Amino acid sequence: MARPMTMAEKILAAHAGLDEVVPGQLIECDLDLVLANDITAPIAIKTVREIGAGVFDREKICLVPDHYSPNKDIKSAEQTKVTRDFAHEMGITHYFEQGCMGIEHALLPERGIVGPGDLVIGADSHTCTYGGIGAFSTGVGSTDAGVGMATGRAWFKVPETIRFEIEGELPAGASAKDIILYVIGKIGVDGALYCAMEFAGSTIRDLSVEGRLTIANMAIEAGGKAGLFEVDDTARAWLAGRTERPYTEYHPDPDATYKQVIKIDAADIVPQVSWPHLPSNTHPVAESRDITIDQVVIGSCTNGRIEDMRAAAEVLRGRTVNPNVRCIVIPATQGVWLQCVHEGLMDVFIDAHCVVSTPTCGPCLGGYMGILAAGERCVSSTNRNFVGRMGDPTSEVYLASPAVCAASAVAGHIALPSDL
Amino acid sequence: MSERGGETHHPSFYELAKHCLEDLDKTFVSRVKPGDIIVADENFGCGSSREHAPVAIKAAGVSCVIAKSFARIFYRNSINMGLPILECPEAADAISDGDVVSVDADTGTITDETTGAVFHAQPFPPFIQEIINEGGLVARTKRVLAEKRGE
Repeated sequence: MARPMTMAEKILAAHAGLDEVVPGQLIECDLDLVLANDITAPIAIKTVREIGAGVFDREKICLVPDHYSPNKDIKSAEQTKVTRDFAHEMGITHYFEQGCMGIEHALLPERGIVGPGDLVIGADSHTCTYGGIGAFSTGVGSTDAGVGMATGRAWFKVPETIRFEIEGELPAGASAKDIILYVIGKIGVDGALYCAMEFAGSTIRDLSVEGRLTIANMAIEAGGKAGLFEVDDTARAWLAGRTERPYTEYHPDPDATYKQVIKIDAADIVPQVSWPHLPSNTHPVAESRDITIDQVVIGSCTNGRIEDMRAAAEVLRGRTVNPNVRCIVIPATQGVWLQCVHEGLMDVFIDAHCVVSTPTCGPCLGGYMGILAAGERCVSSTNRNFVGRMGDPTSEVYLASPAVCAASAVAGHIALPSDL
Repeated sequence: MSERGGETHHPSFYELAKHCLEDLDKTFVSRVKPGDIIVADENFGCGSSREHAPVAIKAAGVSCVIAKSFARIFYRNSINMGLPILECPEAADAISDGDVVSVDADTGTITDETTGAVFHAQPFPPFIQEIINEGGLVARTKRVLAEKRGE
């Protein structure tokens, strides 16, 4: 019988054709999916062309032009064109043209392109998102992505696992985003360096799948290689109708070996804000009310799903954005956008004087669609608040949940919905 | 210096070599000789997420890096770019600047010929050795796929 293993170890062992693996072991694995976007695909495609053998499986490659698309400028138009031409030439099944696309990490789970137990690499650091539905997925460089596209294989060093056991009920106004900001604040931006992060406990079981995807998405902000959640009835119900192919659930063994087990009382997780310039620089919203703001962004691969749109709309309904603030709302996919229309959320956003954009990563990485001027402050539902992340090097980004973002947009300073 | 892999034909390969480790030691590039081995402390390669870092070291003629530990992305990039690296804290502590050192990457054996001391690093599994020996991940992938096609 194999040694007791964590979720990450089980998924990696299965894809390496091994009964068991141990942390530190170097293994070669079969991949279920290789992902790239309009920034990283062109470099990966160069590697595919250098290898000169085409792609290993046109149905297991996913190309999403989301970072600078709709094309921001001539350079980005060229980048998306390289990606598009390659997708058409190779007959890539999961190429999403503008008009069908969404932010990659919101789009892939929504469309059932990734599933539990999958091993996924993506040339984007937030590829770790799919751990929210029990996949081992991680960001890689473009050479690894290119070789993955050509061969369907990649090598890994089996990571150690840190287990987070979060128990109890969250305080009023706290959400999944507050959980992950709290965790990163507790362990630091390198607290889980090279480790898999396994999330468990009653608080986690009570979370929606959208919430789990938000937490897994930011595993990389603690240095994590992956953030993993067990598949349960909530996940199975969410997956039904999204993915028709059979999938494998991997559950950790009760006596698996962890680098560390961190127990957290959910009652401690009050609504959080990460102040500049690191996601780990967390403070309670209650201690951040003096901070006036110029812009709010609600969207991204972290918090651009329908549940996030609903949370923002609930706060914005019947209110208007402070005249000193621009509030930019970006549903993460065409599907989320349409759902917003059906639920009347678009009326709420537009009545509240929000900008509503087609899906794009744009402002999160300071790409376009909401760049900050010198000294400006933005409260954002995105994932990184590094120096100059969203614009001028002297601008500041504060990370928070969609509800806190919406409340701050109305108040003109960082605020809780209950402050309004 | 070894000329494996296609990247040696790229002019920037030599350009990168001129700046190898210059922030750490400006005289390094003028002192390094083909086949030299870098012996380093902990977290070697920290702060460089780019493939340029191991490429520059390789282009400068360095045949192997021995360190107590490597930064994670540098570790991955070194293997992918075909730069031999070995993790061995004991060797990193014992070897002095200027010692003559020989390395058998297949067995992980490091010998300080100057002092006679022998150290053992965890050897890489065969597929990683193939990547390093064949000049990097892309080169090895080309060979493997060509063999599959029966060329």
